[in-house]
Amino acid sequence: MSTETDQGYSAAAEVGAVRARRTVWENMWRGLKKAPLTAWFGLIVIFCYCFVAVFAGLLAPYGESQVFDVPYAPWSDEYTFGTDQLGRDMLTRLIYGARNTIGIAVATTLLSFAVGGGLGVLATIQRGWFDQILSRAVDVLMAIPSLIFALMLLSIFGSTILNLIIIIAILDATRVFRLARAVAMNVVVMDYVEAAKLRGEGLGWIMRKEIIPNIMPPLVAEFGLRFCFVFLTISALSFLGVGIQPPTADWGSMVRENATLITYGDITPLLPAGAIALLTVAVNFVVDWFLHKTSGLRDEH
Amino acid sequence: MNTKSKQDGGREKGAVLLEMRDVTIDGYSDDRWHPIIKGVDVTLKRGEVMGMIGESGAGKSTLGLAAMGFARPGCKITGGTIMFDGIDLLAISETERRALHGSRIAYVAQSAAAAFNPAHQLMNQTIESAVSHGIMPKADAEADAKKLFADLQLPDPDNIGYRYPHQVSGGQLQRAMTAMAMSSRPDLIIFDEPTTALDVTTQVEVLAAMREIVDRFHTAAIYITHDLAVVAQMADKIKVLRYGNQVEEADTRKMLKSPQEEYTKTLWAVRSLFKEEEKNDDVVLRMHEVDASYGGDVKVLHDVTIQVPRGRTVAIVGESGSGKSTAARVITGLLPPMKGEVYFNGKPLPPALKDRSKEQLQRIQMIYQMADTAMNPRHTVRDIIGRPLEFYLGLRGAERDRRVVELLELIELNEDFIDRLPSELSGGQKQRICIARALAAEPDVIICDEVTSALDQIVQEGILKLLLRLQSEFNITYLFITHDIATVEAISDEIVVMFQGGVVEQGPKSKILNAPFPPYTELLLSSVPQMDPDWLDTLLAERAKKGDELMKASG
Repeated sequence: MSTETDQGYSAAAEVGAVRARRTVWENMWRGLKKAPLTAWFGLIVIFCYCFVAVFAGLLAPYGESQVFDVPYAPWSDEYTFGTDQLGRDMLTRLIYGARNTIGIAVATTLLSFAVGGGLGVLATIQRGWFDQILSRAVDVLMAIPSLIFALMLLSIFGSTILNLIIIIAILDATRVFRLARAVAMNVVVMDYVEAAKLRGEGLGWIMRKEIIPNIMPPLVAEFGLRFCFVFLTISALSFLGVGIQPPTADWGSMVRENATLITYGDITPLLPAGAIALLTVAVNFVVDWFLHKTSGLRDEH
Repeated sequence: MNTKSKQDGGREKGAVLLEMRDVTIDGYSDDRWHPIIKGVDVTLKRGEVMGMIGESGAGKSTLGLAAMGFARPGCKITGGTIMFDGIDLLAISETERRALHGSRIAYVAQSAAAAFNPAHQLMNQTIESAVSHGIMPKADAEADAKKLFADLQLPDPDNIGYRYPHQVSGGQLQRAMTAMAMSSRPDLIIFDEPTTALDVTTQVEVLAAMREIVDRFHTAAIYITHDLAVVAQMADKIKVLRYGNQVEEADTRKMLKSPQEEYTKTLWAVRSLFKEEEKNDDVVLRMHEVDASYGGDVKVLHDVTIQVPRGRTVAIVGESGSGKSTAARVITGLLPPMKGEVYFNGKPLPPALKDRSKEQLQRIQMIYQMADTAMNPRHTVRDIIGRPLEFYLGLRGAERDRRVVELLELIELNEDFIDRLPSELSGGQKQRICIARALAAEPDVIICDEVTSALDQIVQEGILKLLLRLQSEFNITYLFITHDIATVEAISDEIVVMFQGGVVEQGPKSKILNAPFPPYTELLLSSVPQMDPDWLDTLLAERAKKGDELMKASG
């Protein structure tokens, strides 16, 4: 290349080694191949949970709240993990619990991201009093311990699933708001956002097309973490009795209801607890990997 | 000053200090190692200054850092030898190398603002390496730093060290950084584009100060830049790099007089563009007696009146802080003025952006200095150029794509680029896409805010040519903001000189660029480096002669 003596300059000719474009799937596969073992483990676990949740009706041997004659039955061929205090099959309850607990957690996290993320980005664009009011309101909400606050609100409004979702989502949205506001702040000052304003673009377009695509990586990572917290909060609330109400199967209340068995050396109540722990760990593994990948940090060679 | 024993030992010019043989360096990208430096030799004697020039991507900085035995993350030195004063920099351990850095080899980075820690005073940072390497005790180092500040002609050298980085100007910070490098009296300093981010008027002061101090302490230096005129002032010899290869190396005067290689000649020939000025009395855009401020009592603009004739180029020149970019913000409506009006086609424009109609917005487009930040990294070229077509002209689908390809061809690219992301484009290509985006709106006026200053000279020339061609084809009016006088000569019809928020003068190019000048215009024009190794000496001598007079006029 150094022998090139052409004096004329042509931008089209000034192409270095341009790599061929890859499709999204090829890129994902390439990324996956390089993922560490922990991330693979996490992905597989999450996939299994999702599979169980979706096909709960087909996988479960009995009905969700089908009651048999023998409460506290031991593990046997008939009842794989025994039955609970009312005589419902534990395995069935575990499988349905995956659907309920995960489904509610996902819905709650999505809602909290829609509310918190949307307001956070809006606050950075509007600035001024809008940002001030929102930020201070969030400060106030965050100053109250969230579990106790949730307990209080649930006892006021009643523990329906809808209330549960809305209350946890709003409390969690405060964290999302802060993150979204912080990362969007770095994007809002870019010239391309100014260029869009100069073009006369509306608020919605600037949010959707200019800002959100550029703050997705940290938000996606946060989504994983938030999901874990929401999941644990729901389980904790259910354990305390104000979360998901019977007869709906749910891991948190399953731990509570069967806790006495532990004193007799029966590990059955540890199963739903273990299910919660495994999912939390798996999600964290995946989030860790994703964070590392998108943070732009490159290992030194 | 001679506080160190090593200075008593031979610092005579002549002994070879740095010897790099057949150095090869690889960089990691796209999951592969690519050669960045492909076997370059460097020989530097004590007290000698070598200029290293080339476009960006030529490997200048990589090679400069390699002279310290250092490779940036993502790079590795794969071959060759680097001998520094008899020490093999590649053979010694990391700890031993670190002991050399900052004590015997120092580095001055391009952006002093980024290199200083904003939370510490200048003094602590200036003497840090000298103290931590145990070269001198803190008290001595501070006294010495004050002397260095004085040598570098920083104002109030006894106290400036106790300020924080944001409390001094860019030029002062760059000089403070030179003092930092000098504080341990290194044998070798690597200057990596130290004046690129500065105004011409500031650049002269920094260059003079750096050259003086390198001479005084007989320090060897590698001076990396893409500006030939600057390197001509600093260097004893010049090495030209391209694509990681050496093109040629020669003594400065010899190289300037008779470059051997074709490529070097093109570097010299770049400033050949010149536009014949034309007049036009039809004023398309006029700022009338505008005052503006960013809140508070400080006026950033006062009483600014600028007239922009249709189909012509008006260049606004001035150093940073003179209000050039603020004027652009007032015109675009981003900063509503406190007083005064902006007239477009004879009618006043609403002061605030949100009150302007889509049609008014469409008529005035803007191109930014940093094409990198002016394009959303997640949008493809199709989205970027296609959006104004969709938004202003209502083009959709295939019709829109056809127009995008037309625009790409207009800016001398082709349809292969349509699905690229900004990160897959070179600097010059990015700026071209930004031009196409502005052009897509079919505007009357395009405001160009330093559009070429972040680019290499050859690429700059290409962009300027393109802008001129588009002007003659579409009768577009440019308001061209720049601090680069060479660019102004190349493309403007009229010139507005701004200083401290006011207009010094406006007039046709031929009038402004020819004597007699108002004092500030003269200062600005004389500060533009010339391709003459004696330029700085002559200039400094001249300024010293009538220094008082000038100081009075500009201050």
